[in-house]
Amino acid sequence: MIYLQLFISFIQVGLFSIGGGYAAIPLIQTQVVEERGWLSMNEFTNLITIAEMTPGPISVNSATFVGIRIAGIGGAVIATFGCILPSCFIVSLLAYLYYKYKGVAALENILSCLRPAVVALIAAAGLSILTLVLFNGAAIKAENVDWIGAGIFIAALFVLKKWKMNPILVMCFCGALGLCLNLLL
Amino acid sequence: MENEIQSYGKTKTLVTLFLSTLYISAFTFGGGFVIVTFLKKKFVDKLQWIDEKEMLDLTALAQSSPGAIAVNAAMLVGWRVCGITGTVVAIIGTILPPMIILSIVSGFYTAFSSNLYVALVLKGMQAGVAAVILDVSCSLGKAAVKEQSLINYLIIAAAFVADFFLDVNVVYIILAAALIGVGKEIIQRRRRIKT
Repeated sequence: MIYLQLFISFIQVGLFSIGGGYAAIPLIQTQVVEERGWLSMNEFTNLITIAEMTPGPISVNSATFVGIRIAGIGGAVIATFGCILPSCFIVSLLAYLYYKYKGVAALENILSCLRPAVVALIAAAGLSILTLVLFNGAAIKAENVDWIGAGIFIAALFVLKKWKMNPILVMCFCGALGLCLNLLL
Repeated sequence: MENEIQSYGKTKTLVTLFLSTLYISAFTFGGGFVIVTFLKKKFVDKLQWIDEKEMLDLTALAQSSPGAIAVNAAMLVGWRVCGITGTVVAIIGTILPPMIILSIVSGFYTAFSSNLYVALVLKGMQAGVAAVILDVSCSLGKAAVKEQSLINYLIIAAAFVADFFLDVNVVYIILAAALIGVGKEIIQRRRRIKT
């Protein structure tokens, strides 16, 4: 019974969170805190903090976290399955249509306008993370600059552009540098 | 592209797909666009299974479908590489790392989230993520505006301002760009009929 409830709740999270990550937070809150009372508001806030500190999408992270607390590993698997099931169907349908009609001129015209928009969205996501790194969430002023963060960013960009270094390796080095430099300086 | 995929053989393709999504998912902190940039580095630049324009199209599709962008994008890459089997393999690769990590962390989450060393490592990684995303957006940008038309530059500028400065919901930005595309198609059709 609890498995079914977890499944139904997370299907709703998966189905209605359009636009990724942050769009899912209020939906998860409604299901998990308000409707079912599985987590207190305080536990929910902790969950969001952890979800942001660990890899993976917020919806999958919360499904695992809630599932495991309510019904153990089985609950985590059921909740995660529920949360990705709606997009499995919708994404497969879109993929099918895309590859079927890709060559059609009308679709090509629409896609040619979508591509620049997507590039801008990706760049904007990168810049918001960069401002967070440079100013730690404080006001954007010269005296608030986090020089360690800025240095790591420039070094990372350099090795990515110049040496085409593996991005995941770059991330690991950045993590190690962040730890060492902040402790030493 | 097809040759690159076929030269791998089916089993090797699926194993590569699984390991790549697993590895990317285990290291991508932050929102869905982060994983998209890592997928692009792996599947477009390194393996050359997908071209840059197609990657942008898949990103738009992932963004416009419900659910996590990271999972959607991995599904689409899987579909492109190996059909339904590829989709299933990519999903499993993408959700395993967060599931395992969260299961472990859920036991001692207060100790984890208030640990100074964890915070410092994550801060360094954030700087790295920013660099990866900006590096990828430069190369994708070149692919998107190859035609060098004014309208492409205008869409980039408008979408950036709407997202970064005005905080407009990303879904509306995608819809608006699609509508401009529909408009472009209608205008071109009318021209074709006249001539």
